[in-house]
Amino acid sequence: MIDALQIRLQRLLRRIITRPRIDLPLAFGLFVLACVGLMTLYSASGGNMAMITGQAARFVMGGFLLLLISRIPPSVLRSWTPWLYAGSVSLLLVVAALGEVRSGSKRWLDLGVLSFQPSELLKLTMPMMVAWYLHPRQLPPSWKDIIVVGILIAIPAGLIAEQPDLGTALLVSAAGAFALFLSGMRWWKIGSLLAAVGAMVPVAWHFLHEYQRNRVRTLLDPESDPLGNGWHIIQSQIAVGSGGMFGKGWQHGTQSRLDFLPEHTTDFIFAVFSEEFGLVGVIGLMLLYAFIIGRCLWIAMEARDTYSRLLAGAIGMSFFVYVFVNGGMVAGMLPVVGVPMPLVSYGGTSAVSLLTGFGVLMSIYANRKVHD
Amino acid sequence: MALKRRSIKDSRGESTLFRVRAMVGFALILLGLGVLVGRYQYLQVQRHDEFALRSENNRVKPRAIPPARGLIYDRSGVLLADNVPAFRLEVVPEQVPDMKAMLSDIRDVVPLGDDDIETFRKQLKQNRRFDSVPLKLHLTEDEIDRFAINRWRFPGVDVVPYLTRRYPYGPLFAHVVGYVGRIDADDMNRLDADRYKGTSHVGRSGLERSYEDILHGEPGYELVEVNADGRVQRVLETHAPTPGKNLYLSIDVRVQKAASDAFDGRPGSTVAIDPRNGQVLAMVSVPSFDPNLFVNGISRADYTTYTTDADKPLLNRALKSAYQPGSTVKPFLALGGLELGVRRPEDTVLSTGEFCIPGQQRCYRDDTRGGDGTVNMVRAIEKSTNTYFYKLALDMGIDRLASWMGSLGFGKKTGIDLIGETEGILPSREWKATRSKYGWFPGETVIAGIGQGYWNVTTLQLAHATATLAGHGTPYAPRLVMATSAVKEHAVPLPNPPSGPSLIRKPNDWNVVNQGMEAVVYGAGGTAMQAGVFKGFPLTVAGKSGTAERFSRRSNDYDTNKNLAYLATRHRAWFIGYTPTEAPRIAVAAMLESGAWGAADAGPIVRKIMDAWLVSTGGAVPPSKTPEGPVTPIGVPDVPDDTPVATPADMPALPAESSSTAAPDDGGNP
Repeated sequence: MIDALQIRLQRLLRRIITRPRIDLPLAFGLFVLACVGLMTLYSASGGNMAMITGQAARFVMGGFLLLLISRIPPSVLRSWTPWLYAGSVSLLLVVAALGEVRSGSKRWLDLGVLSFQPSELLKLTMPMMVAWYLHPRQLPPSWKDIIVVGILIAIPAGLIAEQPDLGTALLVSAAGAFALFLSGMRWWKIGSLLAAVGAMVPVAWHFLHEYQRNRVRTLLDPESDPLGNGWHIIQSQIAVGSGGMFGKGWQHGTQSRLDFLPEHTTDFIFAVFSEEFGLVGVIGLMLLYAFIIGRCLWIAMEARDTYSRLLAGAIGMSFFVYVFVNGGMVAGMLPVVGVPMPLVSYGGTSAVSLLTGFGVLMSIYANRKVHD
Repeated sequence: MALKRRSIKDSRGESTLFRVRAMVGFALILLGLGVLVGRYQYLQVQRHDEFALRSENNRVKPRAIPPARGLIYDRSGVLLADNVPAFRLEVVPEQVPDMKAMLSDIRDVVPLGDDDIETFRKQLKQNRRFDSVPLKLHLTEDEIDRFAINRWRFPGVDVVPYLTRRYPYGPLFAHVVGYVGRIDADDMNRLDADRYKGTSHVGRSGLERSYEDILHGEPGYELVEVNADGRVQRVLETHAPTPGKNLYLSIDVRVQKAASDAFDGRPGSTVAIDPRNGQVLAMVSVPSFDPNLFVNGISRADYTTYTTDADKPLLNRALKSAYQPGSTVKPFLALGGLELGVRRPEDTVLSTGEFCIPGQQRCYRDDTRGGDGTVNMVRAIEKSTNTYFYKLALDMGIDRLASWMGSLGFGKKTGIDLIGETEGILPSREWKATRSKYGWFPGETVIAGIGQGYWNVTTLQLAHATATLAGHGTPYAPRLVMATSAVKEHAVPLPNPPSGPSLIRKPNDWNVVNQGMEAVVYGAGGTAMQAGVFKGFPLTVAGKSGTAERFSRRSNDYDTNKNLAYLATRHRAWFIGYTPTEAPRIAVAAMLESGAWGAADAGPIVRKIMDAWLVSTGGAVPPSKTPEGPVTPIGVPDVPDDTPVATPADMPALPAESSSTAAPDDGGNP
């Protein structure tokens, strides 16, 4: 029995490595992105090899997960979806009850050997759930379906926002919303929904924590508190702006090397990139992101069924939210929220969860429509 | 139900709808990325210059490099004031998150005095936020170690090496060289902030103060790269400071030592001057103090010891204490009598032991009971015959007397290159008018003739007048510094032209007075001869003693107490002299605050100075050795003695290296 299992596992592993059923252009794009990420990290961390190897190890692990998940057919994923969604939402509840508090927010679940953020799981299970729900429905979705989807999004997003982790809550809701958008929701419905959300903004302001309000305030006028709340925004803009057209050169970014730039290996690593590679580097990286997102959407279009289409499209589009929110934050355009620059920022959970998402895409690609 | 529903789903329509949505979505994404790139373009191209500047300002800070203070040497190149490395605690205000907390926390690590804190706070206000401010000077090794361990707790605070002042000869030159002290709040208001950026010390007294401008030098600066904590990463650019100029004193350390030793701790002062150029050859005020204690802040206990000492060691008596000169004024008065035509050399006066102003009751005594008999000018100087000078003063009248003595520098500042000399008192109608409602009495003229009454002179004034006399009447302002030198350059002499034309119009007048003063030393009736002061000295000496009474006479009885200790409490002993009389090269005035007799007590001081001076100039070692013995030459090339003003070629080789080193840089890259 165990022997047989072992043999099957070995066969599977061999097949994963020797005959990967993946989209090579997408894989190549991700590989290049990971390399850029490591290179930037090398400079931002001041050549800290422990960080580089740690990050590379996570990329390898994420890559392996990608290959593994790419073997799971979307139909299987679909059948697991309600359970995965329910499971991850329960974990959020567990976190809310007895999570570990780190630097003022309750996000982490300590499992002894490793601790992780269950909210990361939602980044994947959320679009899965929305896609699962919409899959059998008549599309474009009716108001009833939209409301159900809204509730499916609101429950975990509310729990995450309560931790508080506005960045992840935003990403999670965006992933669900994109699935709804791609399902063909009528434009007038989208319009009225956005208007309703807009009307809610002043109400939401009341529910924000004081530090979150301050982040918005400092965004509007960072020079009012240059050494306190404004420091991040100011130093980040100085880093970006001083990079100029062609940048200061790899490892020559003074803002990060001399520690003026806070969080310069994680949330603000893109400022280091912009400082060292300039506008040319920024445009290059944006093109790479656009290519990856475009490729995701192409895979979505080629997908066999509604579930796969919505899921692949939502994953691809939420990738954009990462880039836009982080890039906007670094450039002083958006308030400071904890959203990493995908596959460039240092940090394990996000890299692994992102690559897992791309594993789902690869699986969808492997099971695409067969053209006659 | 579900199955049925799925079957009626328009799957082709859904696929088309999705395709449109995906494309619209991608277009929106491209738009979003475009907005992002637009923002980056705005920051990196439009506002690049602004941010590039801010980035530079972030990391590059100018830092003042204080100049190394000029060194001070004696005549032959012996170091009198040196710069030695030490460590201090510095604070860069803009990098300290909470100054109040830092100041209270750091006291557990490095003890701070209230003075330190107060000075620091005041300096803090005057400095720019990124300029470092010294918090505590002269850290001990223990303090440095303890701070090193706790350094992480105090961002913006660092141990920095600097150069501190050291006076190897301690008390010997304390009154001449003076000392530097830590710049305090008052100094901050007075000093040029740009010139003193990074400098912690300023000249407080003596030459350190009067030559501050020359000794200080010009600061340089360096551009350093700092990180966000303000720690210096490396030096980008250095503009070296210009070190202060070195000073060369005309004093020879051996002569100074002999002069100081001659007092044997008894309070008094002496000044020796070269009559040919005004160069000071020795200046001593006893007792003295250790200037090194003042450099990095004197402890309260030490300071109290000095200020409460009855002998006032901090007081430079040569400069600031004026006393009645007694008989030492007589040669000057005699010269005046000749020059003004009041006396001829051969004119005689009968000394009977008492001189009464015609028509008045009050009489004035001679020192010798019964008087000196008939004396001419030479004898009168030799025997210090009071009656002769009573009469001379009366004949000159107070106005001519004051004018003549004033031309010799009495009653005004000599113009020496030190700050704070006192003017003393020259008895005159004008002076008295400012002090008293009574007019001038003839009796006051009489006692002015023997250096009593209102007279008050400093040792420096008397030495200056003696030098003017010795130099055949040509006055020079006394000068302690004879040359300065920039680093790695030859010394340049400081010119010191005569401060006026010669006061003596008839050369023979000088000869007469000189003859009288030689008689003091060699004549049978001379006080110095009787005391044997210059016995065995190889050169011809001219001198005059003075014994001034510290209290006015209360009765007409002669004081018969001859106990020296008793007399010392009542008398001040003076002696002036110069040598060689053929062409005088040194003139000395010495004063003992409590000396029984001028010649016997102050005379030997002058003798010992002349001995040491002779040795220092390479002259013959006097056959009769002083108890201490002459100071052996220390093998330093000497300045030829007969050059009126030293020329660059005469200067000893300069130890340029010791002053060229700027304050070492901290923590930069090697």
